[in-house]
Amino acid sequence: MATLQANEQVVYQRPRALTEVNTHYCPGCTHGVAHRLVAEVLDEMGLQDRTVGVACVGCSVFAYNYFDIDWVQAPHGRAPAVATGVKRSLPHDSIVFTYQGDGDLASIGTAEIIHAAARGENITVIYINNANYGMTGGQMAPTTLPGQKTTSSQTGRDVELQGYPIRAAELLANLDGASYVVRRSLHDPKNIRMAKKAIQTAFETQVRGLGFSLVELLSICPTNWGMTPVESLGWLNDHMIPYYPIGDFKVISALQKETCASKAEG
Amino acid sequence: MPVKGRIVVDDVFCKGCELCASVCPQKVIQMAPERITAKGYHPAELFKDGCTGCAVCAVICPEAAITVYREAPRARVAAEA
Ligand SMILES: Cc1ncc(C[n+]2csc(CCOP(=O)(O)OP(=O)(O)O)c2C)c(N)n1
Ligand code: SF4
Ligand code: SF4
Repeated sequence: MATLQANEQVVYQRPRALTEVNTHYCPGCTHGVAHRLVAEVLDEMGLQDRTVGVACVGCSVFAYNYFDIDWVQAPHGRAPAVATGVKRSLPHDSIVFTYQGDGDLASIGTAEIIHAAARGENITVIYINNANYGMTGGQMAPTTLPGQKTTSSQTGRDVELQGYPIRAAELLANLDGASYVVRRSLHDPKNIRMAKKAIQTAFETQVRGLGFSLVELLSICPTNWGMTPVESLGWLNDHMIPYYPIGDFKVISALQKETCASKAEG
Repeated sequence: MPVKGRIVVDDVFCKGCELCASVCPQKVIQMAPERITAKGYHPAELFKDGCTGCAVCAVICPEAAITVYREAPRARVAAEA
């Protein structure tokens, strides 16, 4: 079993901020990777005891079972509004983050996320873009790619009829209230490491009271995409990244030193 | 001699998604063909020597099911003597 033998060191182990609960996510779903990264960052920054998560509606609705921190579960799309209330009413050193899918954030919750960013709320948003509505059976989301087949766009998304996908990170980066807005991807170990650094910087933004931070994470939904998890990683790389480029869309100057420093390290 | 490592996969969490096996640079992970977890998945396991403890598998595992161990670097005293 998992006991340390003489002359051995532990290189990686399950983060403390995760509970010992088996998730309900489908095999290979990168919601699990995003959870793990947030938990690792909470561990490393020592934030577990003063962090409150705000769960959304979507496959990650049960996130509150998987992290050993306090949670509130918000109605569909309303997580940034609920997080605003929680953040403003708690002592100053409390850390509040939302964890939202693309159906939640970029569709029913468009107003809430835009206004939270515009107000420069000192909260962190972890935004999972998997190009469809996972929980309800793979319907078209605002992020579904042109031509992408889903259960509600069976011949492929037709932009004439259904419009164009929303690049939420770029959109929110235009708002003066936003301090740190970036996109990363979870499709390979190198990108996962970059995603973790971004999540770290996002929480750092909040700890330092610098305002609104958001990390968009390109993610896979193998079940609704109708592919194996390994095939899904390839599909993300080939189809999502060209439309949703990885990048930093807003990094206020107070944070730029850290970003350069973390680049030098990596 | 290459660094020696090993992984321990927790069958409570592993869902046999194969992501770890797909990224392992040494290609030493497989889904155990003759074992099945309580949830009904073939869990990941080391099936041959060669693990270096690089932890790339743990970086991609969505279930945080993998613990990675590496042989501690040996003291250099002997070399100096
Ligand atoms: C007010 C309201 N409208 C609609 C729904 C149905 N609904 C549940 S989850 C969901 C979409 C979830 O998709 P997404 O946010 O992309 O998350 P994922 O499941 O892909 O992680 C919808 C429309 C709901 N629960 N509440
Ligand atoms: S339906 Fe998609 S998003 Fe939901 S748990 Fe399964 S793979 Fe993940
Ligand atoms: S990545 Fe994790 S859950 Fe998937 S097969 Fe490997 S150990 Fe199991």
